[in-house]
Amino acid sequence: MRPFRYERPDDPLAAVALLADDPTATFLGGGTNLVDLMKLGVARPDVVVDVARLTGRAVETLPEGGVRIGAAMPNSDLAADPVIRHRYPVLSQALLAGASGQLRNLATTAGNLLQRTRCVYFQDVTTPCNKREPGSGCSAVDGWTRHHAVLGASQHCVATHPSDMAVAMAALDAVVQVQGARGPRRIPVVELHRLPGDEPQRDTSLEHGDLITSVDLPDLPVTARSHYAKVRDRASYAFALVSVAAVLDVHDGIVGHVHIALGGVAHKPWRATIAEDMLRGGPATTDAFRAAAVAELTRARPLPDNAFKVPLARNVLVSVLGHLTSSAGAGR
Amino acid sequence: MTPGRAGKGHGGVASPAVGRDLPRVDGPAKVTGTATYAFEHQLDDVVHLYPLQATVARGRVTAVHTGAVEAMPGVVAVLTSDNAPRLAWADDAELAVLQSDAVAFRGQLIGAVLAETSEEAREAASAVLVDYDELPHDADFPGDRSRLYAPAEVSGGFATDTDVGDVEAALASAAVTLDQTYATATYHANPLEPHSTVAVWEDEGLTLYESTQGTHAVATKVAALFGLEAGLVRVIAPHVGGGFGSKGLPHAPVVLAALAARLVPGRPVKLALTRQQMFCLVGYRTPTLQHVRLGADADGRLSAVSLDVVQQTSRIKEFAEQTAVATRTMYAAPHRRTTHRLAALDVAVPSWMRAPGECPGMFGPEVALDELAVACGLDPVELRIRNEPESDPQSGKPFSSRNLVGCLREGARRFGWQRWDRAPRSRLEGGWWVGVGVSASTYPVHRMAGSSATVGFGADGRYRVAIGAADIGTGTWTSLTQIAADALDVPVERIALQIGDSALPPASVAGGSSGTNSWGSTIVEAARTFRDKFGDHPEDGDEVDASMPPNPDTERFAMHAFGAQFAEVRVRQDTGEVRVPRLLGVFAVGRVVNPRTARSQFLGGMTMGLSMALHEQSVLDPRFGHIVNHDLAGYHIATNADVGTIEAHWLDEHDPHVNPLGVKGIGEIGIVGTAAAVANAAHHATGTRVRSLPLTPDKFLL
Repeated sequence: MRPFRYERPDDPLAAVALLADDPTATFLGGGTNLVDLMKLGVARPDVVVDVARLTGRAVETLPEGGVRIGAAMPNSDLAADPVIRHRYPVLSQALLAGASGQLRNLATTAGNLLQRTRCVYFQDVTTPCNKREPGSGCSAVDGWTRHHAVLGASQHCVATHPSDMAVAMAALDAVVQVQGARGPRRIPVVELHRLPGDEPQRDTSLEHGDLITSVDLPDLPVTARSHYAKVRDRASYAFALVSVAAVLDVHDGIVGHVHIALGGVAHKPWRATIAEDMLRGGPATTDAFRAAAVAELTRARPLPDNAFKVPLARNVLVSVLGHLTSSAGAGR
Repeated sequence: MTPGRAGKGHGGVASPAVGRDLPRVDGPAKVTGTATYAFEHQLDDVVHLYPLQATVARGRVTAVHTGAVEAMPGVVAVLTSDNAPRLAWADDAELAVLQSDAVAFRGQLIGAVLAETSEEAREAASAVLVDYDELPHDADFPGDRSRLYAPAEVSGGFATDTDVGDVEAALASAAVTLDQTYATATYHANPLEPHSTVAVWEDEGLTLYESTQGTHAVATKVAALFGLEAGLVRVIAPHVGGGFGSKGLPHAPVVLAALAARLVPGRPVKLALTRQQMFCLVGYRTPTLQHVRLGADADGRLSAVSLDVVQQTSRIKEFAEQTAVATRTMYAAPHRRTTHRLAALDVAVPSWMRAPGECPGMFGPEVALDELAVACGLDPVELRIRNEPESDPQSGKPFSSRNLVGCLREGARRFGWQRWDRAPRSRLEGGWWVGVGVSASTYPVHRMAGSSATVGFGADGRYRVAIGAADIGTGTWTSLTQIAADALDVPVERIALQIGDSALPPASVAGGSSGTNSWGSTIVEAARTFRDKFGDHPEDGDEVDASMPPNPDTERFAMHAFGAQFAEVRVRQDTGEVRVPRLLGVFAVGRVVNPRTARSQFLGGMTMGLSMALHEQSVLDPRFGHIVNHDLAGYHIATNADVGTIEAHWLDEHDPHVNPLGVKGIGEIGIVGTAAAVANAAHHATGTRVRSLPLTPDKFLL
């Protein structure tokens, strides 16, 4: 491992300032991804700024009805939080579908959002990768693509974002609070992660030195239910082949509020706006769910090893919406 | 049953130790963290070693730029083919480490950095720049079929091809035929403990603290490589954190450590492979394509069995897995043919992995039999029973014991097999298709030559029993203690066993499920010799040596263990996810020395078979030539959540021919057939026949 300087500043502004001074400096949360990448030589920071004690580690209720999640809150605690379990079960379920108990104990909210892709070529410094080394080429696009994107990819990068939590947050219209060198600002989670385009080295819209301080979840309609389903290559401890987070409110058989996000299919949590638009105000039937899923996925451009993700995403989406419509999905 | 039985000994022992479920004698040390594994031996003045690996698949290293690296913090030396000591023997291209500048596969060792800390060594290694003359490579399996070749023989010394009767004519006239190709993936053993070595040269002798399945095998090979007398290399391995075959033969890393230690005489050099390095340097199971053709009459009686296997080897060192060999012995059919063909590629060297040959080789044929059962409208258990041979179809010899039918019947009874409707796709429960499947299992009785043991009596009233055997987590410490206790007719507390050191009397490798057979027979012989000489009231210092006696019955009988594996599988209708809530195996393995450790071996083998069925697959990217999912996030092994109920049972089998103990070996049979049973159950559940492992969700998604 490359020698680096370890800093543990006392407040967020000091942390932001430390990064501003050094383009290779990086924040350290739980370290469950960054430390691995440092061992592999993928991340080579000169300065590591530990922020795991600088921001909140709890869930607060906001006056306007939503909640604020501390950026340093461990995934385990967030998943177990009574308010999250009661009001946002999709988020608790997504967290528990990710990683392992040990990793969730360490991993933080902000760190989970900012984890890097697990594309095997990105993690192997002996193979070209535009995300790791811009301009070197994408090894994945003509390589092993089982876990890669079917939506929104580019010729420069076909990686997927690995987080489960972020998919639930995208469906919940979560908003990230950021402290930057020029002051604080708010970024919706759906705009935090980006598609690769011709700059796959940029996972997010954050600037260097931006520190996520919290994540806000808006209030949901009282009658809305939410659910997360994940399909992976083994029963636990694997990244999603496809996952679906959905929030659904049905009255008299008609869809009201509906938010859907897909995981495992794109460089970012994929908000299924086409499907949402088709469903909103229409009948909550299996046929309608299926038609909406198919419409959303018409833009899919599968690679040789991952064509199965298209019918799989369709089926999981239909299943999750069906679950939320049925009595089994009751209890929010 | 309590372990601290106060037996009297010498005629007064209430019950024999063999057959008791004695807890592991090394258990307390392991659970308290005091059992010392190779890397954990605490030595002074240690140097850490980090390998340099080729980043091209074929070519030549033209320059290794070491200048700047040698000045980096903590760096002691950089080892390359330019300054590596010359080996006395370099005929084995896998082990001729740094003896030339040639690169034969991506990830091959091309050097190493020695530094004061492991972090410094790794960082310096990442800074070494290497120039190559790169040559075109071929890492595409199976690729161009025209370049396949027949090896002179396959592993174990078996014939490459067999052809009995007239398979083509029998197939042409058969009432029912099957012709399908099955595929198993590339697998890496991935023991929990990575391959580790601590190497120290002192005077002209070399000491290796090594994670190995065979201390003497390593000592002998390393001595030959360095041109030393065998006694000058000592290999110490009291505890080994799993091997599964990957530590059965010496591989390149131990040679690298020994070469590096030459540069710093007197200083111990420590090497522990990373998980990624284990995917290039310590062997793996070849992928296989298995073309199976079966011919049978309308009642399912086989007239023809044909199995043509295609697999890979490395271009620099041939390893020809004996994949088709089990088929030669399994079922009666007058017309039988088996072949092995290899693609020699610019890839890492394949090697042993748990049940080499039988494990992959029982997948295709046992799924094919299931397909034949469907075609004949027969219960697959009954189909196998109908094809039970009278004697070994290949050699014509009688079996020393063969209880496959007993295993099938007992397994079917315990599993509740008869309660299931045989029609595929007939049970849907809560969105999951449910089905059951069966497969036969087999593993040969291997007896390896070359072991001897010492039995001595000490002033403390205990018997010292010494043999250089290895305990790779299987329970050798415990089972050999039990065998020695009975052979000396004393309680287990009076046995002081010594294993895991090449300074002890030589022992064969812990491989081929041969340890208890070979070492146990040796200990029994040494104990008999001791008692013949000193009686049952020896004096302090009495001692004998004895070697494993010959067993003439090995020439007269075919000796194999058999088993039957049953699986219940659920496949989710809309996602194709596969779950295995239940596995049940019944085995006929001769006498069971310790039910506790034996059950552990069966459960472990079956779990590994489940993992093979559902998850495991090393993905080689032919453009680069290496395994790209080379860590435990990418190479999936079954987790606890993937494993449901597993039951392992065994028949009370008495085989007087295999050895004086009547044991057949149990370390490998548990993995054999499991994947076929799961695949057959998945077909029964869904009606979808998957012939290519692993059984991932996409293969059941319609």
